[in-house]
Amino acid sequence: MTAQGLRLEKISKTFGDFKALDGVDMTVPRGTVHAILGENGAGKTTLMNILYGLYQPDGGRILIDGAPQRITSPRRAMELGIGMIHQHLMLVETLTVVENVVLGLPGQGMRLSLAEHARKLEALAKSFGFDIDPHQEVWKLPMGMRQRVEILKVLYRDANLIILDEPTSVLAPSEVEGFLEGLRRLRAAGKTIIFISHKLDEVAAVADRVTVLRRGTVSADLAVAGTPPSEMARMMVGRDVVLTTLEKTSPTSDEVLVRIRDLKARDNRGNQALKGVSFDIRAGEILGVAGVDGNGQAELAEALTGLRQAEGGTVELSGEDVSAAGVYERRHRLGISFVPEDRHGTGLVLDLPVYQNAMIRDFRESPFSSGPMLRAASARKVAEDWVKRYDVRLQSVDQAIRFLSGGNQQKLIFAREVECRPRLLVIMQPCKGLDVGAIEAVHRTVLAERERGTAILYISTELEHILSVCDRVAVMCAGRITGIIAPEEATPERIGALIGGLEEEKVA
Amino acid sequence: MSWAGDVSSLVDFFSTVLRLSTPIVFAALGGVLAERAGVFNVSLEGCILGGAFGAATGAYLLGTPVGGLVFGILFAAAIGCVLAGLAVGLGINQLVTGIAINILVLGLTSYLARLILGADATSTLPGFAPVAIPLLSSIPLIGPVLFNQDPLAYLMYLAVPLSYWFLYRTPWGLNVRAIGDYPVAADTVGVSVPGVRAICVITSCVLGGLGGCYLVLCQVFVFTENMSAGKGWIALAAVILGRWNPALVFVACIFFAFSEALQLRLQFNNPDVPYQLFSMVPFLASFVALVAFAGRVRPPAAIGTKYVRGGK
Ligand SMILES: Nc1ncnc2c1ncn2[C@@H]1O[C@H](COP(=O)(O)OP(=O)(O)OP(=O)(O)O)[C@@H](O)[C@H]1O
Ligand SMILES: [Mg+2]
Repeated sequence: MTAQGLRLEKISKTFGDFKALDGVDMTVPRGTVHAILGENGAGKTTLMNILYGLYQPDGGRILIDGAPQRITSPRRAMELGIGMIHQHLMLVETLTVVENVVLGLPGQGMRLSLAEHARKLEALAKSFGFDIDPHQEVWKLPMGMRQRVEILKVLYRDANLIILDEPTSVLAPSEVEGFLEGLRRLRAAGKTIIFISHKLDEVAAVADRVTVLRRGTVSADLAVAGTPPSEMARMMVGRDVVLTTLEKTSPTSDEVLVRIRDLKARDNRGNQALKGVSFDIRAGEILGVAGVDGNGQAELAEALTGLRQAEGGTVELSGEDVSAAGVYERRHRLGISFVPEDRHGTGLVLDLPVYQNAMIRDFRESPFSSGPMLRAASARKVAEDWVKRYDVRLQSVDQAIRFLSGGNQQKLIFAREVECRPRLLVIMQPCKGLDVGAIEAVHRTVLAERERGTAILYISTELEHILSVCDRVAVMCAGRITGIIAPEEATPERIGALIGGLEEEKVA
Repeated sequence: MSWAGDVSSLVDFFSTVLRLSTPIVFAALGGVLAERAGVFNVSLEGCILGGAFGAATGAYLLGTPVGGLVFGILFAAAIGCVLAGLAVGLGINQLVTGIAINILVLGLTSYLARLILGADATSTLPGFAPVAIPLLSSIPLIGPVLFNQDPLAYLMYLAVPLSYWFLYRTPWGLNVRAIGDYPVAADTVGVSVPGVRAICVITSCVLGGLGGCYLVLCQVFVFTENMSAGKGWIALAAVILGRWNPALVFVACIFFAFSEALQLRLQFNNPDVPYQLFSMVPFLASFVALVAFAGRVRPPAAIGTKYVRGGK
């Protein structure tokens, strides 16, 4: 064993009487990229939070370069040269990009030299192929851009051991490429990297070794070279996973359920983000929306669900013009469901228990309430049923949802938005942070909804997912739909051209 | 009788505005600091009163205004330590703690004043005299209003840009702003959330205390029961009206002081009208101002909540 690097010995962590980690061993030699794979709720984030001083382990030792260390706080971790990118972004939304990056940066003295840091930050961003505006406030940025800021924040600190907890979940494929290249450069510079991802191809592309966690224990530890991704998936989930196209049975009907014409909206910055978008979705059809994050997809979803005021254009549902309807009416009378991309801010109330988050959409209706009274007992029963059917891993439905792993939070949102039997289901980045098994489950659910005759708008930056489930694919660029094509016709060149903004004749 | 016409009357009026604004400005700057760090400081009222009491005691016992200033600051800092310990350390509801402190300080200062100052309570205490700044003070109108003041007013002139500089131009100010909005982000980059909050709360109370010192050492030279008379609450309103920005908060304080001065003028010039009618002016003015400038008020997002690590 090399003494240089990181060693975790018999790390255990218990929450209440739930064993999140049970005797985890891991060795990461200096100058290597080490991947951690595992299902949602396997304990990956918990393990990393322990390494970063956010949680204290109940047992076990952490050795850095051979010396045992007690990491009592993030500050101590930083002193030891550890940096961490968190699964859920740790950005102050009211501050600018550069302010977020220099926050807590040691050795700044008395003056905040933002201009100077902005210059260095831009240079760093460029070397990773990221394009950012350092003086933009974070709340105005699309999610993909925020993720880049989070990555840059850690890289800017020049840590020796860099923990990356799902850093690429909303990056576009082209950006991921640049990012992985950057990781290889960091490794060449002697940095040690721990990389958590559910995307097996990324792991295969950069990692040297991989540790697979299952329910808090190490189920495998092996070299990446020579291990096919399907094998990794099997070790994670404990069974074979279908990674290819799922079967679609019935064809879509001819009934146009949703008709959008010339929809216009502004983004948080006040810029025109939707510049006249038109499309139809038929009953029982899945329309995919592909494109680089921040090209109007979020504004489209929000304009459809009523969360954002449209500036022009019409939204029709079964022939009825609903453009003027508010959020409540859209969600309840019109049956529009929404799985938002920002699950913490928009999808959940983190401090409420799981069962209350389950009832939060339809709490005024049976079985969650009768008359003016909420019915907690029956809400619990419903939540428990969903937890079972959607395979949400948790300890109890009375637990605050904050304490569920990211993937399991997502499954609960999904259950809530689908179980109300919507007419139009708008889903955005539904597989963000999900493991391969859960992705499969989500796609099965989406297809079952399609079968039921729901119109589905599936917005994602994951082209592969879109191509495997959608009936038609719309590509968005700079607030416009540059083309709508069938998945079979979607060659990489064609999609690439559309994503880049080269308009085609519309097939819609 | 017209008062707006002649210059000396105008100078007199604006000097009154400035005098009335000084304690509110100090307290409001304190409010900005605490709230930017995510802690409501509703005990500003108590801090002003405590500062005033400390100033009176110090000036009485030591016989110098500087002694008064030191005692005033120490007394307010002690209040700040109590608030920080209870609200930040133990995480007790910030509003409840602040209100409890106000009640406690009101009773305690009244009692201690009788005990310490006793029969001398009404005799004039030593205080700061105005210091005219050469050249500047001879500018017509502005000079006598702004540059013929006592040392604490000059300190107030400094405190406003200093607070602004601190909040927006230093790494510490950045820490404070981050903690008030999203403390987890600050925690994960190694900034101690409770530490920064405690320092901000204590400094906030000291600033409120300076307002009290000004009342005793520069304005009335005696201590009277409950002499803060709602200034702390007006300061809190100024914090909101000024959007947690020291420069705007200063403007809001001047506005409140202006309406108060106007009210006093009207009372003085119209002895036949019941004075209660005029006493309403500042409150009506603040009402109107709050409505007129309602718009998008966005307080620090994490204000009022205790930060506990260990979530996700
Ligand atoms: N603070 C906490 N209190 C209670 N339970 C917790 C807490 N933090 C995590 N858990 C539980 O520990 C388990 C592991 O969670 P963790 O976040 O480490 O999973 P993960 O492997 O990162 O999953 P994902 O891929 O979904 O992010 C989960 O079942 C979660 O509910
Ligand atoms: Mg995780």
